[in-house]
Amino acid sequence: MNASTRRVAVLGGIRIPFARQNGPYARASNQDMLTATLEALIGKFSLEDEVLGEVAAGGVLKHSRDFNLTREAVLGTRLNPHTPAYDVQQACGTGLEAAILVANKIALGQIDSGVAGGFDTTSDAPIAINEDLRGLLLELNRAKSNAARLRAITKLRPGQIVPQLPRNAEPRTGLSMGDHAAIMAKEWGVTREEQDELTVRSHKNLAAAYDTGFLDDLVVPFLGLERDQNLRPDSSVEKLAKLKPVFGGADGTMTAGNSTPLSDGASAVLLASEDWAAAHNLPVLAYIVDAQTAAVDHVHAREGLLMAPTYAVPKLLERNNLKLGDFDFYEIHEAFASQVLCTLKAWEDPVYCRERLGLDAPLGAIDVAKLNTHGGSLAAGHPFGATGGRIVASLAKTLKENGSGPGLISICAAGGLGVTAIMEAAA
Amino acid sequence: MSDRYQQLVNTPIGKIVSKQIGLPNPVRLERYERGQPVISGPVLFGAAPGGRLAGATVQVLAAIDADVHTPMQEEVRTAAADAHLEAKVFNPDAAPEEQTFKALVFDATGIADSAQLHELWAFFHPTIRRVRKSGRVVVLGTPPEDCERPRQATAQRALEGFVRSVGKEVRKGATAQLIYVGTKAEPQIESTLRFVLSPKSAYVSGQVIRVGATALTAEGIDWELPLAGKYALVTGASRGIGKAIAKVLARDGAHVIGLDVPGLQRELEETIGELGGSTLVLDITDDDAPARIATHLLEDHGGVDVVVHNAGVTRDKTLGRMDEDRWDMVFQVNLSAQERINDELLTREAIRENGRIVSVSSMSGIAGNTGQTNYATSKAGVIGMVESMAPAVGKKRLTINAVAPGFIETQMTAAMPIATREAGRRMNSLAQGGLPVDVAETIAWFASPASGGVNGNVVRVCGQSLVGA
Repeated sequence: MNASTRRVAVLGGIRIPFARQNGPYARASNQDMLTATLEALIGKFSLEDEVLGEVAAGGVLKHSRDFNLTREAVLGTRLNPHTPAYDVQQACGTGLEAAILVANKIALGQIDSGVAGGFDTTSDAPIAINEDLRGLLLELNRAKSNAARLRAITKLRPGQIVPQLPRNAEPRTGLSMGDHAAIMAKEWGVTREEQDELTVRSHKNLAAAYDTGFLDDLVVPFLGLERDQNLRPDSSVEKLAKLKPVFGGADGTMTAGNSTPLSDGASAVLLASEDWAAAHNLPVLAYIVDAQTAAVDHVHAREGLLMAPTYAVPKLLERNNLKLGDFDFYEIHEAFASQVLCTLKAWEDPVYCRERLGLDAPLGAIDVAKLNTHGGSLAAGHPFGATGGRIVASLAKTLKENGSGPGLISICAAGGLGVTAIMEAAA
Repeated sequence: MSDRYQQLVNTPIGKIVSKQIGLPNPVRLERYERGQPVISGPVLFGAAPGGRLAGATVQVLAAIDADVHTPMQEEVRTAAADAHLEAKVFNPDAAPEEQTFKALVFDATGIADSAQLHELWAFFHPTIRRVRKSGRVVVLGTPPEDCERPRQATAQRALEGFVRSVGKEVRKGATAQLIYVGTKAEPQIESTLRFVLSPKSAYVSGQVIRVGATALTAEGIDWELPLAGKYALVTGASRGIGKAIAKVLARDGAHVIGLDVPGLQRELEETIGELGGSTLVLDITDDDAPARIATHLLEDHGGVDVVVHNAGVTRDKTLGRMDEDRWDMVFQVNLSAQERINDELLTREAIRENGRIVSVSSMSGIAGNTGQTNYATSKAGVIGMVESMAPAVGKKRLTINAVAPGFIETQMTAAMPIATREAGRRMNSLAQGGLPVDVAETIAWFASPASGGVNGNVVRVCGQSLVGA
């Protein structure tokens, strides 16, 4: 095995526009969306018949038959069929985790190139049969005599027809992610106004990214959709103020506006060693420098479910000898506006930084002008597995245009998980 | 002694009726019971920028294991982090109305100019209606006399008006106090902060307390038994307020030496016997009383740690009708005896280091009262004695303070005509009379070895009475 590591180059990425649940992609499967996205990536970087080191991708809401979805998608593209593939799943951290996995293999010299991707459909969602019925069918399958089969069949009940729908709830708390975010918002005293302001900024930044052409080579139309369906360029604090709270009770501060909607979409990024990039005549946009995951104890210690990135980032900073304020760009996934604001407040809070993170001093504030400069999940939508790829591709191009500086990615995920990474502009 | 009116208005129907016709609605005040936490409910702590007491305050709040909330204010949060206190965040703009607090504590020492008094509004306006039943409002300031600049002194003096008004506005048995913490007295605030936050100060409101610097510390003190190993002399200990004082000091771990006149010997022995203390029977107005007391204390106990001058008498008559005996008698018991005992004990060094002298004054001594020219003069004299002796006593590493009880429910007040009694009971912010234990708890706070910084104070135990305020 290689004793030294190599720099991992981000060559670029692409995604399909994100659609709202039961919107234009209502009949598109995860595999359809990933295949279309990979095809767009192949076209963008001329990867036809290329044997890549690997393709790693994943999503959160998958059918049980889709255990090898990424491989199946690869087989449906113009990539050389000798390109291996595997599925990844780490809730909303899936896309970034896939990029970290591919990057690490490149860094170790195990592969020279790879694609990291992600997808999710909340429209074409898996519906499982009733758990009682499933037990009964399995019993029927196990039965060896007709009498035993008959006994099993007599246990059939009308209620067993009710299917099991995927739930947006934490298994160990029974609370939805929004409920958890509402608890965090209350703990940190986050106001409705702050959340709505952040939301408006997200929409304005994403709209500007379309208008200036920044997204022209990052988004490819799919099923007639050209821009993210959730984007409201004319969003304003006044308009958002009219929405009723959906989480945190009647006097809650979280609305459908300042929370991400359920959405459908897919994304993919191309990573490679510098040598591979040079050999293929592809310019390097940025490098993946380091990554860190963390988890909180939201079950016993009742920590904020979406606060894990607050733990991961200080470790990243220490390892790379950086301060929180040193970044030119911050990409903090906007699961909810309140989640971003809680994270920022936590990093500014001496108590949290000392007692939870074990730091002598708070990490401090960041310049919000550097936050999600080309829009965030609140505006674009958040197909769970696809968000990481969207962010990596967007930040790589942002860093390239800026010409210097590091950028920070922070993504919170269900199960109290957090996935974070540092990228750096190519010289 | 029972307050029938209070019982009546606290019945379901009484509550409705009294609210409809606007009668005073005294709530049952929470009072301290052994083993209780200092404060049972969340505490909100904030500070004006540039204050100097956040660190000391937060340390006390951490020590009493309070559920502390603070605004997202760097100075305060840093202080909390330094004290390893996992203070929660409070933002009035985001908090629902039902988020309430048992206490609001505000460090106002950063206010250096009248314009900055705005900070009081900023902190209390969105929070004052969140104070719970029997809640506490505590403002910490710098004594005007310790301020370097006139504007700072002016602004700090202004705090008194604020706290006294808040005391009248908060309802449901809540109280408000101002604690002036002298320069370098930051480490001394714990005993006082514990007292004003706890139910021990149930009937103390609208008071201004001064805590000064001292070299004495109370490290390692057992807050459940602060007087363990200490000897406390209580005069007039056989009944009423004196009996309550003896009980509370004994509860706090002191060996109580109860003193009373020969006529009350049996009652005295019964009261003190239950507390495991000892008795001293004599008339404090006797010429040889101070010497006998000092000798007894030195010979039997090797000295004394706490001296409580509680014994007092009334001989009421309007001045024109008052004979010479009534006048003299009151002075001898209420003031002269205290002076002579103090002098003797101090001369013979019978009070040990970090010792305490606590006198019982009276609201009459502050406000005056018809028919009490003798009594009020003697009790005002007690205040004079505390104020004049405090500097010298402080140099000897002792303290001298006084309580000034208002309307306290005793046998004496039970015998009052109903109109006078009802007026006395209701004319205060808490709309009820106090109990002897309220006076005793205040004395126990003065008596604590941790109260070395509390010297020369006169604290009223009067529910913020309108009289003499």
